[in-house]
Amino acid sequence: MDSKQAKQWMQKTAIRMEAEKDELSALDQALGDGDHGVNMARGFRAVEESLDEWDELSLSQLMQKLGSTLVSKVGGAAGPLYGTAFMRLGAAWKDVHQVDGEAWMSGMAKAVEGIAQRGKTQAGEGTLLDVWSPVAATFTASEPDWKKIEAEAKKGMEATEDMVVKKGRGALLGEKSVGHLDPGAVSSYYLFQELANLMKAGE
Amino acid sequence: MKKLMNDPENIVTAFLDGLVAANGERLQRLEGTDVITRRSFKPQKVGIVSGGGSGHEPAHAGYVGEGMLDAAVAGEVFTSPGADQFLAAIQAADQGAGVLVLVKNYNGDVMNVEMAQEMAEAEGITAEMVIINDDVAVDDPEQRRGIAGTVLVQKMTGAFAETGASLSEVKRLAEKAVSRVRSMSVALTPCTLPAVDQPSFDLAEEEMEVGIGIHGERGMDRREVASSAEIARLLLDHILPEIPQGAPLAVLVNGMGSTSLMELQVFANDVIEQLDRDIQHTFVGEYMTSLDMAGVSLTLLALDDELAEHLQAPVKTVQWKQ
Repeated sequence: MDSKQAKQWMQKTAIRMEAEKDELSALDQALGDGDHGVNMARGFRAVEESLDEWDELSLSQLMQKLGSTLVSKVGGAAGPLYGTAFMRLGAAWKDVHQVDGEAWMSGMAKAVEGIAQRGKTQAGEGTLLDVWSPVAATFTASEPDWKKIEAEAKKGMEATEDMVVKKGRGALLGEKSVGHLDPGAVSSYYLFQELANLMKAGE
Repeated sequence: MKKLMNDPENIVTAFLDGLVAANGERLQRLEGTDVITRRSFKPQKVGIVSGGGSGHEPAHAGYVGEGMLDAAVAGEVFTSPGADQFLAAIQAADQGAGVLVLVKNYNGDVMNVEMAQEMAEAEGITAEMVIINDDVAVDDPEQRRGIAGTVLVQKMTGAFAETGASLSEVKRLAEKAVSRVRSMSVALTPCTLPAVDQPSFDLAEEEMEVGIGIHGERGMDRREVASSAEIARLLLDHILPEIPQGAPLAVLVNGMGSTSLMELQVFANDVIEQLDRDIQHTFVGEYMTSLDMAGVSLTLLALDDELAEHLQAPVKTVQWKQ
């Protein structure tokens, strides 16, 4: 992935979040306060509107900007979690102009570590980490297998349905939280599905 | 749902502009932010910042002023503001003695404040955080939400900071206040978000939701609606075992947004009649709302001499003046 593709990824994700806004909010109504879709759509709309200004930025700077914009415009819990993830990718890709398997592997490991620290959470607690973590583990030093990455993201997202939520307002429901997909895991799945589609098309 | 508004997407910014337009002599909005601050700051005073999602008015901007908060951050409705907004508030409130951020216990709010703390530290500003978790409807103290008791913590902490106390002293008092304040709420109707057509949950005419938070989230338990006296008993039974025995109390009866003052007074009377304790202060009104929800929260604060002194101290904010 180069910076041009990274920007396309952000554009596609912005369109996707807008399209899935109501569905994501409905999922959030079961576990939280029902605004995840609205917040994600607002955040990525702000990203999309900034893309022209970011034209001259390196891939690393682009990821930093993406992260800080999501912190600022998504708000809530999703803002700092997504924001931290992209800021860690930016830090990991300091001198990277073309992200290869190895850069994905090291960058995603840092992103997952960042989410876990920020949210004081780990995989298996019904959060977006249940998608980010298996996706990160799928990258190898060789050329990324985008079909497999998308499948792992989907599997991780679906697995949150059977989990007792341990973090966020959903955690207040205890056992009652079982049977609901985590909205953050679902939005993360869309994010990686858009990435995989984009990269497969470029192959 | 009928609401008095123009564009639901811009309701927070319009409300902040209205607050400043009506109170320009004491409040200002930091340009380019959703942060409301005092018009003038006191040099070398510890800055007190609070904030969170909107929809809880008068919290928090209504409590900005001498003797309480220096700055309040307003997020989107029921959504924590971003770390950049908290940072702007910390920067404004820092008058050379550091800043204490009082935050309600929600993952998003805490994470954004932690990020803002890190950014402030990088700029050489010391910012501490105290998390308020007064809602006894949740058993696990780690998961307990911050609700109306927050306002009492802000009042006492702000008054103490006004005396010139150091950051570590102010933090100590805030933590003590948090350890001695407990609340619980009941909803009679759900609330409706400005940008959403449907109420946040369905509640039948003969039902009430016990142990709700302040975001229209479902409560712990749903029961047949009871009388004011019965609701007072129910909430007291949950709260009393959680606060120090024997200490004199402050009582806060808080309306959730669309419960009449007449009903709140009826409820306050029931609480006072059933509380066999020394009650030094009773506050009745809307302090921490949940948009247009009908219902009430009860907060008990176990006082000691120090807390009582700061609860009684003068305060000059839009909402709380004494």
